Amino acid sequence: MPGYLTLIFLCQLVGELFVGALALPIPGPVVGMVVMFLYLLVRGHVPDGLGRTAQGLLGAMSLLFVPAGAGVMLHFHLLGEAAVPLSLGVIVSTLATMAVTALLMKWLVGKGQAHG
Amino acid sequence: MDESLQNLAETWVYLSASPLFHLTLTMVAFQIAAWVFQKAGRNPLLNPVMIAVVIVVTVLVLTGTSYATYFEGAQFVHFLLGPATVALAIPLYRQWHVVRRSALAILVSLTCGSVTAIVTAVGTAWLAGGSPEILATIAPKSVTAPVAMAITDEIGGLPSLTAVLVILTGIFGAMFGTHLLNLCGVKDWSARGLAMGTACHGIGTARALQVHETAGAFSGLAMGLNALATAILLPILWGLVF
Repeated sequence: MPGYLTLIFLCQLVGELFVGALALPIPGPVVGMVVMFLYLLVRGHVPDGLGRTAQGLLGAMSLLFVPAGAGVMLHFHLLGEAAVPLSLGVIVSTLATMAVTALLMKWLVGKGQAHG
Repeated sequence: MDESLQNLAETWVYLSASPLFHLTLTMVAFQIAAWVFQKAGRNPLLNPVMIAVVIVVTVLVLTGTSYATYFEGAQFVHFLLGPATVALAIPLYRQWHVVRRSALAILVSLTCGSVTAIVTAVGTAWLAGGSPEILATIAPKSVTAPVAMAITDEIGGLPSLTAVLVILTGIFGAMFGTHLLNLCGVKDWSARGLAMGTACHGIGTARALQVHETAGAFSGLAMGLNALATAILLPILWGLVF
């Protein structure tokens, strides 16, 4: 288990170094995800221990957003000042984005299957 | 007795300033939230992130604790977001055969979703009387916080307020996504996951993982791709309009 946690940390570190060196506009952990994915492609399967370690982290993913979420308290006044445009923007845009993406994907996948 | 009470009081003063206290607060708040979520039949409206954040913020406000003090303890939990993002490669690899088969559909849906997120966020906030600074702040709200903050900074918004909007977007999407997707009649787990990850990044992905592994894999993929798409598209769109 510690071995696979080390592997995950290494992937993130490689991702951070890559992003830092090339000044890319994406987060290091996202590149780390790609590095881990490439490792799995080469390896050809997910080792049991890695699967369990990943399951542990992903099963707790909601918990991991709590500290950042509590940061809301820093901006009560700003949120209050522009409450209407901000809340309407978040609500309308989140629902619209989700509907457009899901319906388009459903339609395109359905079309692909219909054509074989 | 007096002495042990005094010892207890001194220990309390020491502990309440130590990282252990706020780390434990985060964990306990989340356990309560997870319990409520389970008891309510895993109703997405009782999103565990939302409940835990309400508990933590209430405790901090009532005890007059600053966010910086809280974060000294909570950072140990926060830190694991990076490794958890890396771990999203595992469900993605397991679903790779499905992803490959629908690669073109994914790219088209994701790009349209990404543009929709930007245009509707800025458009709605503008119609509701938002200042240019507010528009720049809300524009990247659907992508993961570090990317959103960098984009906002580039186009003249307030990065730390953007971080808050990113979190609120994630919580809102995780709460209402299931109902909206049912209403749209989308049953396919890949489409549902892709929509969650595009609209509400990691918090949407955490929600998708609660429901189905395929949805979780597509959501994680969409989160990464939308970070990239928004980082490229938003500054271009912004330049065209402003």
